[in-house]
Amino acid sequence: MQAFLDIFDIYLLEAIINGILLGGVLALLALGLNLIFGVIDVTWICYAELVMIGMYAMYFLVQYYGISYFIAAPLTILLVAILGALLHYLVIAPLLTAPPINQLLATGGVLFVLQSFATVAFGIDFRNLGIRLPVLAFGDMNFSYARVLSFLAALVGMVAVYLFMTRTFTGTAIRAISQDRQIMALMGVDTKRIYLITSAIGGGLAGLAACLLVLQYDVHPFVGLSFGPITFLICVLGGLGNFIGGFIAAFVFAEIISLGGLFSDLEWGYVLAFAFFIVMMFIRPAGLLARRR
Amino acid sequence: MMGQGRIVACGTALAALVALPFVYRDPYHLHILVLILIWSFAYTSWSMMGRFGLVSLGHGGFMGIGAYVTALLWNHLGLTPWIGIPVSMVAAGALALIVGYPCFRFRITGHYFVLVTLALSGIVLQIITATRDYTGGSLGYTPNRAAGNRLLALQFDDKTSWYLIALAVWLAGIIVWHLVDRSMSRYALEAISEDEDAAAAAGVNVTAEKLKITLISAVMTALAGAVYCQYQMFITPDTVSGIAVSLQMVFAAIVGGLFVSLGPTVGAVITILLAETLRIGFGTKAVGWDNLVYGVLLVLFIIFLPKGILGSLLDRLKPQRKVPRAHEQKAVQIARPGT
Repeated sequence: MQAFLDIFDIYLLEAIINGILLGGVLALLALGLNLIFGVIDVTWICYAELVMIGMYAMYFLVQYYGISYFIAAPLTILLVAILGALLHYLVIAPLLTAPPINQLLATGGVLFVLQSFATVAFGIDFRNLGIRLPVLAFGDMNFSYARVLSFLAALVGMVAVYLFMTRTFTGTAIRAISQDRQIMALMGVDTKRIYLITSAIGGGLAGLAACLLVLQYDVHPFVGLSFGPITFLICVLGGLGNFIGGFIAAFVFAEIISLGGLFSDLEWGYVLAFAFFIVMMFIRPAGLLARRR
Repeated sequence: MMGQGRIVACGTALAALVALPFVYRDPYHLHILVLILIWSFAYTSWSMMGRFGLVSLGHGGFMGIGAYVTALLWNHLGLTPWIGIPVSMVAAGALALIVGYPCFRFRITGHYFVLVTLALSGIVLQIITATRDYTGGSLGYTPNRAAGNRLLALQFDDKTSWYLIALAVWLAGIIVWHLVDRSMSRYALEAISEDEDAAAAAGVNVTAEKLKITLISAVMTALAGAVYCQYQMFITPDTVSGIAVSLQMVFAAIVGGLFVSLGPTVGAVITILLAETLRIGFGTKAVGWDNLVYGVLLVLFIIFLPKGILGSLLDRLKPQRKVPRAHEQKAVQIARPGT
């Protein structure tokens, strides 16, 4: 009995720590989406598909052109950042005054476009980056090196965005716009430019997430569907546009998925997470950290 | 006088639709027509809610329940779809109430409602995948072929029977639409979609009205899923449930126009014909091209024709009509949270 408990605890601890590591990447994804929502007031349904394109970019840069991972990563981030800006310029900008639901659905159309573009261009095969990273053994627990690396990189990315938002003029302008979008134009801030920059940053964060996720998962055209919905739920649970809330919610979700997966299949972990989300919406409709009205 | 003319026109059109399979027997075209009718019914069910600003991405979940509950009852318990379909509709309705009641009670609207319902279809998809021992998981599921009575098993091999069934179901959907359109609920729901507080102050029971339309919509969607399953005899989680199906419903309804009764039908005709033409045109050599063109068209539609093809066309035809209702001008205006 004692032996059983020991083993159980080790697995539990391993699952908890794996949950935290997963939470880092989810938090990074949620941050990008929250930024877009908080500033432009648009939900990019196709956010996870941008990540997917980034993952393909990494795959081709590393596998076909033989570029080292660390040079390919900035290139990918740049590429997805440009994609983000393009998405804003081509799809969102004409719809800025349209009802929010139309903006949501237009980015849903982009989701179809990106998915089928990947299918057309790259085929439906699962592709693997082909980088084998060692497994870290810590006591009796095993952690994938890729996950630790992603967690750390996600943290660095988030701190960088935080510094940018608080220490630079552009960052301050972005935060100001998210508070009052009418007044900022009167204060001499070019809102169009700020929107473009924000979209590019949001895209860049998706690119960073792509560089990290490609280490852990195979890439295929529908990979976005496996973590896209969960990213939205995290953002809503944290309160759309609320960065701290999104950060906390990411870890809560990651733990639920990780622990649910420990006791049963991974799918049940997701079912639990979704059910938890619906229940939480009834308890705290405006997000985890929202002040009660 | 005008009314009589319309009745005659509708009657003639309906008679032509019923007579069609007896005159024209090409199985492929009939197959496409059946698909169009079934999906039109599903899209109509969606826009019952959608037209009042209740944009749901959870209808993939209801459709999946309709299809899977019917098929599972038939395969595992040997329960005929004649009982299984009502059971699945009740199940979908119950789920709609369970999720809908707190949503409306706690005034979850706008983006938040969209995303709660998104979670709902996510749950249904994951549960179907997770219980793969019973449902076959993502590999799909086939109802057993009936050994005895075909009518009892609701399995027919000829397209004509299916065409007539689908036509009846579709017609029922249109009739329900018109019943709602003429009822007091419609005015109540229009008031709610414009201003919930004002509607409540005017004596509209906001929660009850929203629940009613959600229930109708969910039950109809489940029926669409069940009929689709019985017709195709093969379902996978991705074709009848999940977010992709929900998005597909929203898009088709928007392309056709969701404020007119035949709008979703026009949307289904356009999207399915487009998908089929592209599929045949591009053949197997380029998988995915159809969806690429499809997606681009959808984005263009939302930017340039937000009221849909039929909606815009009808507007063009009678410009001197009464002032359009505010909520139609704004398409599906969703209240922003916090305002």
